[in-house]
Amino acid sequence: MAFNVIGKTVMKSLFGKPATAMYPVIKNEFYPNTRGNIEVAIDKCNFCGLCSRRCPAGAIEVSKPDKKWEIDRTRCIVCNFCVQVCARDSLSTQRHYTVPMTDKSKRISTSYGQTVQEDA
Amino acid sequence: MGERTIIPFGPQHPVLPEPLHLDLILEDEKVVGAVPSIGFVHRGLEKLVEKRDFHEMMYVIERVCGICSFIHGQGYVQTIEGIFGLEIPDRAKFLRTIWAELSRVHSHLLWLGLMADAYGFESLFMHCWRVREKVLDIFEETTGGRVIFSVCKVGGVWKDIDNETLKRIVEVLNVVEQESKALTDVFIKDFTVQKRTRGVGVLSYQDAIDVGAVGPTLRGSGVAMDLRKLGYAAYGELNFEPIVEKDGDCYARTIVRVRELYQSIDLIRQCVSKIPDGEIEVKVKGNPKGEYVSRLEQPRGQVVYYGRANGTKYLERFRVRTPTFANIPALLKMLPGADLADVPLLALTIDPCISCTER
Repeated sequence: MAFNVIGKTVMKSLFGKPATAMYPVIKNEFYPNTRGNIEVAIDKCNFCGLCSRRCPAGAIEVSKPDKKWEIDRTRCIVCNFCVQVCARDSLSTQRHYTVPMTDKSKRISTSYGQTVQEDA
Repeated sequence: MGERTIIPFGPQHPVLPEPLHLDLILEDEKVVGAVPSIGFVHRGLEKLVEKRDFHEMMYVIERVCGICSFIHGQGYVQTIEGIFGLEIPDRAKFLRTIWAELSRVHSHLLWLGLMADAYGFESLFMHCWRVREKVLDIFEETTGGRVIFSVCKVGGVWKDIDNETLKRIVEVLNVVEQESKALTDVFIKDFTVQKRTRGVGVLSYQDAIDVGAVGPTLRGSGVAMDLRKLGYAAYGELNFEPIVEKDGDCYARTIVRVRELYQSIDLIRQCVSKIPDGEIEVKVKGNPKGEYVSRLEQPRGQVVYYGRANGTKYLERFRVRTPTFANIPALLKMLPGADLADVPLLALTIDPCISCTER
């Protein structure tokens, strides 16, 4: 009996597929529900600031006069609350995680609304 | 009588990633006493209720623990719903139960792996975690997160699982069950494993009750107490009995967790066959006022939440009593008489989660 167990395990190890993923070659596929990087469709945004007030981590900053939407990627906990409270569906989570960073100055990503860009 | 020495155990220890610290009083190789100290990773999450409103606080409370994150969130929203007097839709209750039981499956598989690692059985540890990966994939598919789900809300749940996905979850769990059988047989039948676990760290029936142990630690000593029998969420409509083992040693506590793993898979099957259609949330209006205590069964044991609200959007006080906190006195009962080499194993059998305990 014990011989059978060992025999089976050896055969499985020799001829079976590897248990681990071949990561850099085959990338992990994300599900449609996966919560990844928070992304803003800035042309839909009316800068109401609801996401900024609701964010439990205080990662989002919105300025109506400047038409500015800003997120601190290192503070964001990807809880999806901003996406769910957004009345104009301008926020979404992408199908990939935030890219790790070594330079702290790149942690803030800013989007400007249309009019401000024209002024500048 | 040998010479007495004091050996510090933790907070950094190769076996336990958790910052549990014990001052072990030894007589030669035998432990005669232990003094615990905790407080190395205090984060002050309970105090945050005064600064985050009661909707946002859900996401903070989920981060109390990385293993039973869903059940922490569930306990918090149950407390707030209790203050409001809200009755949530049946489908939401069943969905919460499914996620909670999936959490139990993944937590017990994780613990079995750590247990195998603690007595040096590394391949078993890796196989346990390989099986657990399938459960994490279910979480990612249904909630969007592998560890923190952020799917509970006051008044229901954010996301629904459609019936086809539910069926597929059961199919995946059939595979998980089949693969776990081969692994759990090792914990139950293997001679060497039994040498390490049988008769080690016995916690008697009376001691378990006296020190107020909870969860599998308590049930391993023969006390049939499982808070899921209270019937919160959808547990009232499911058919199950608390799992009890009589011996009170490491082996009994392992067997309780092994059997609970299969019980949880069975409960998910029952949920999927009984889940009703309908709404998944109710509207929440106004701010809570009053106080409420809710109790839930986590993979590690009973967890108690207390919340007091004063009619503003910020709670006045929120308190969590986590299972590990209740199980540390039980650990101190188990330690005297054990060998120094068995201490990591004993500390592991209460499934310590110190970051939960200190919040």
